[in-house]
Amino acid sequence: MHQVMLETNILEQNETFAEHNQAHFRAHGVFVINFMSAPGAGKTSVLEQTIQLIKAEFKLGVIEGDLMTTLDADRIAALGVPAYQITTGTVCHLDAQMVQRALHNFPLDGLDLLLIENVGNMVCPAEFNLGEDLRVMVYSTVEGAEKPKKYPLMFHQADAVLLNKIDLLPYAGVSLAELERNVLEVSPETNIFPLSCRTGEGIEAWVDWLKQRNAEFRQTPAANAAAVH
Amino acid sequence: MHEAAIVQGILDIAIRTAQQNGAAPIRCIKLRLGEFRGVVREALEFCFEAMKRGTLAEQAALEVETIKLRAACANCGEIECAPRDYNFLCPHCGEVLNILAGREMQVEYVELD
Ligand SMILES: [Zn+2]
Repeated sequence: MHQVMLETNILEQNETFAEHNQAHFRAHGVFVINFMSAPGAGKTSVLEQTIQLIKAEFKLGVIEGDLMTTLDADRIAALGVPAYQITTGTVCHLDAQMVQRALHNFPLDGLDLLLIENVGNMVCPAEFNLGEDLRVMVYSTVEGAEKPKKYPLMFHQADAVLLNKIDLLPYAGVSLAELERNVLEVSPETNIFPLSCRTGEGIEAWVDWLKQRNAEFRQTPAANAAAVH
Repeated sequence: MHEAAIVQGILDIAIRTAQQNGAAPIRCIKLRLGEFRGVVREALEFCFEAMKRGTLAEQAALEVETIKLRAACANCGEIECAPRDYNFLCPHCGEVLNILAGREMQVEYVELD
């Protein structure tokens, strides 16, 4: 009997695929956002609202992760934006290899932004890097104040947390300040955007931030190399 | 349940190592698993028992060392603390804590016959 020392990262294979995806995105000059949330937080509604505000200015593509149905992809396609559906079946998250396979069928040529809607799940997607530039989490006020403490990893890794359904705050039994405090304890450096997809309140602030992050990305050498290409 | 994907990663690493060593049967796989990962220990063990069947790891035991979450505040001179309730703000000065440990997810070693 003998012991072989390894100290190997268990998700190394996913990391390798994620690096390939990132290189592929860079080669096409595409800025990529991974949207995550619990089921029912309003992720698809956020995407619809966001797309409507930026589609005149940017060439967009959307990849939809879903367990079974194409309902969400249909909603996005109805906005006149190319949408590709990854049906994960029993798998509760997107991984980098699924995205890579999708890219074979989904041309990135000419796109500025790729929006990826992950499977609705608070745990699993947090562990799988897809090669994205930004991680955005949608957290609705009606989910209660304890979510960041119960599912800290996803919050901790989010560049932005969209606090959706603020129009329902009077019925949610929590204050906006309490929700924001719990998010910031777990993820002190994240950006919080309270908003409502129903009333439209707050959407513009989030979209302005997204545009700003995209503009910063365009200043980087990697993005400029793609532009020359 | 993404633990199945994680177990597949573990088995891939261990079986590859066994094959590099003349397809030696695997006796034990030792993991280092940080507390601050989205992994449920019971689900991991359940998937491991199911997925190891018919592989070089069929007889293998899974040993998991849990690594506690620890952080430090640079502002307070790197005083170490265990963040309570995943609060990553320094209890003394409010600065953002740096995570020192608790994010590990590694196969540390495998034991082969
Ligand atoms: Zn401090």
